[in-house]
Amino acid sequence: MAAALAVWGFFAIAAGEPFRSTAGIAAYSNAAAPLGILAVAVALLMIGGEFDLSVGSIIGFASMSLMLLTTHFDWPLWPAIGAVFVLSALIGLLNGLLVVRTGLPSFIVTLGTLFAFRGLTIALSRHWTGRTQLGGLDSMPGYDGARQLFASDVFGVFRVSIVWWLVLIMVATWVLLRTPLGNWVFAAGGDAQAARSAGVPVDRVKMGLFVVTALAACLVAVLQVVRFTGADVLRGELQEFRAIAAAVIGGTLLTGGYGSAVGAALGALIFGMVQQGIVMTRVDADWFQVFLGIVLLMAVVVNHALRHRALSA
Amino acid sequence: MTANRLPLLEADRVSKRFGAVTALEDVSLTVDKGAVTCLLGDNGAGKSTLVKILAGVHPPTRGEIRVDGEPITFSSPRDAREHGVATVHQDLAVIPLMSVWRNFFLGSEPTVGHGPLRRIDVQRCRRIALEQLQQLGISVHDPDQTVGTLSGGERQAVAIARALHLGAKVLLLDEPTAAMGVRQAEIVLEQIQRARDRGVGIVLITHNPRHAAPVGDRFVILRHGRVVGDFSSREASIERLTTVMTEGG
Ligand SMILES: Nc1ncnc2c1ncn2[C@@H]1O[C@H](COP(=O)(O)OP(=O)(O)O)[C@@H](O)[C@H]1O
Ligand SMILES: [Mg+2]
Repeated sequence: MAAALAVWGFFAIAAGEPFRSTAGIAAYSNAAAPLGILAVAVALLMIGGEFDLSVGSIIGFASMSLMLLTTHFDWPLWPAIGAVFVLSALIGLLNGLLVVRTGLPSFIVTLGTLFAFRGLTIALSRHWTGRTQLGGLDSMPGYDGARQLFASDVFGVFRVSIVWWLVLIMVATWVLLRTPLGNWVFAAGGDAQAARSAGVPVDRVKMGLFVVTALAACLVAVLQVVRFTGADVLRGELQEFRAIAAAVIGGTLLTGGYGSAVGAALGALIFGMVQQGIVMTRVDADWFQVFLGIVLLMAVVVNHALRHRALSA
Repeated sequence: MTANRLPLLEADRVSKRFGAVTALEDVSLTVDKGAVTCLLGDNGAGKSTLVKILAGVHPPTRGEIRVDGEPITFSSPRDAREHGVATVHQDLAVIPLMSVWRNFFLGSEPTVGHGPLRRIDVQRCRRIALEQLQQLGISVHDPDQTVGTLSGGERQAVAIARALHLGAKVLLLDEPTAAMGVRQAEIVLEQIQRARDRGVGIVLITHNPRHAAPVGDRFVILRHGRVVGDFSSREASIERLTTVMTEGG
């Protein structure tokens, strides 16, 4: 929270009026929303003690699946959207099953699915269409309805993706802090063995969280495909690391058992502010990465100190 | 005084082999309502093995386990728990990063509301957690405090209070005082006495006769897997317990 205010304050002064205006706020909120959706889901998974490096690849896979189903296989739009959500949930389930069954670190397992699904996306897309980019979704019947839901604007300059993001933050916060399931997520990541001995179905909780991250990735894919009316096979690249970084900047521990949805959302907002702020201050965009790297390192140091304090009598 | 009442939990001539290793041979032990049975012995004597059998982790190779006089075979620790026999492990019991009340109700969270609005009854959780700790002589002020910030004795209290709240009639404590200083050990012993006074049957495992002597009603001493001493509190002194533990009966 303090970090988000500090970054905002910095750019509010450095970039001046454009950064503080409604248009400025919209610019970085819009930029932050897709990452924010991912970061909230990824934070839940990290609190539960696991990583998902495949979310970026799932974005690519879901984006191209939606384009292929509609423009190549002539599926109507809505069933195709339903189908990519089901496919993505199955990928999440696959990640979860692999992690739970093999007992291997999810970092390695989902690194494997990261490559596998990116490769599969490129291979299938070349196989069926000979191309790596597809467009023309807006000529599909039903596009206008989908546009309303996934790509319209609210209050003029804000994208509807922000609404999806806010809803997700609220639901995730409610589940984490107020339901038994949320208690089990903290326990699964805090100490899986102790959680099991208290009767928590740790494996099912973790598999469910992998499905949630995959569904969040799919939602991001659908939001973007509908807005841009097309996709290419590299969609979502590197988003997995940005989502983890946003969660960590927002106070989620890399070691599991602690974190929040609101924190992860603020972490994503910081990404958006830095990105847009650097554009507005007309600093060389290369500095974006440097700045984020520093923010991330500071966050890890602070988290480490807080964790230490929470664990010592 | 307890002669005409059935023990809560009994092990009757129990033996346990792990391959060629005989960990227990013809060991009997009883746990009465409102009484503390201390299980003493050096490292490797077989104490943990006996407790694991009582807790449903291992089946005995020979012999019988009885609950309220009825022979029983526990299929798992969960099965044992459902029969009122709970184990408090030293490390496995609590999750340091979670708050006192979240730990206390983990896996059995009370809820209010229905459907998507079904939620944990947080106020009730907070209140009950504090009350139950109070009953063990522990005053924690803030139920939102993480368990990691509690002292060793207080953490043990969270685990014990939780087992009791979930309906345990018998508590199995494997070396709860092992890693503690004098002050913390005293806090745990105090909790054991308070739980006993509420009618719980307790098995306290320790290799320290100083911890056993002040709280025990009955003392069973193991050596190389056999019972070498079985005393009532009148017969037991720290010196005698120490001698039997190290030299046999
Ligand atoms: N799972 C097991 N497999 C093989 N041997 C075991 C196993 N558990 C305990 N033992 C053996 O049984 C004996 C008693 O061990 P234990 O019950 O842990 O003693 P204590 O708790 O009194 O120190 C030891 O010789 C130990 O090596
Ligand atoms: Mg032992």
